[in-house]
Amino acid sequence: MIGLSHYLFLSAILFVTGVIGVLVKRNAIVIFMSIELMLNGVNLSFIAFGRYLHSLDGQIFVFMVMVVAAAEVAVGLALIIALFRLKTTINVDEVNIMKW
Amino acid sequence: METVLFYLLGCIAAFCGFFMVLHKNPVYSAIFLVQSLFAVAGLYLLLDAQFLAIIQILIYAGAIIVLFLFVIMLLNLRSVENEMRYMFRVKLLGIFLSVVLIAEIIYLIALHPEIGSQGNWTSETINSMGSTEVVGKALFTTYLFPFEVASIVLLVAMIGMIVLAKRHAKES
Repeated sequence: MIGLSHYLFLSAILFVTGVIGVLVKRNAIVIFMSIELMLNGVNLSFIAFGRYLHSLDGQIFVFMVMVVAAAEVAVGLALIIALFRLKTTINVDEVNIMKW
Repeated sequence: METVLFYLLGCIAAFCGFFMVLHKNPVYSAIFLVQSLFAVAGLYLLLDAQFLAIIQILIYAGAIIVLFLFVIMLLNLRSVENEMRYMFRVKLLGIFLSVVLIAEIIYLIALHPEIGSQGNWTSETINSMGSTEVVGKALFTTYLFPFEVASIVLLVAMIGMIVLAKRHAKES
């Protein structure tokens, strides 16, 4: 039987990998993928906590997070397509019309 | 057995995550992300969440990654692949902040925080009823309202996506 902290370490590693991706990458699609990785790290810790506390709420939370992730990806990719149509780039450094 | 599987799947998930961030080609990034998500689904199986493992594979690998690949192919990113002139200092700062973040998280985990009260859904109870039945019962009784709100969220996302991605007549 593996301890809870093993799962928490793994989910921390996944989350921080996603954070590195968001901070370092400049391609908007890869940034979205990194956000998915962060969501997965958090989901893993939800399920691990639910298992070790004998609770069902963690699994319900993960279900809701998946719903939000699906909605977020659909809207985000539509935004990227609209952006590409407007500026013909998805490099986030070149999208600065709202910056002052 | 469980330990071996945990370390195997955990290594696959973590390394595929790293390669996803490191790789320059977005298509390869998407493939590595799929592998990482499959490994996490395997970890869900280890944690007695069979229903969510299947949902993970269906939703992420079946829907979300396909959507990503569609958009990557649609935009034909070969023409915009000029992100080589990145700012080195910004990247260094990002990696430094991430190291600080993981140090904080590891410190918090190592503190062994007081864990809350134990519920009554042990893995024997879940496995005797079946994970799908247990989660479904909870979703349709205790969590009925959040479940309905989730459907509204999906509807709004669908409408928003169509409105955003539609080509406006006067633009073109």
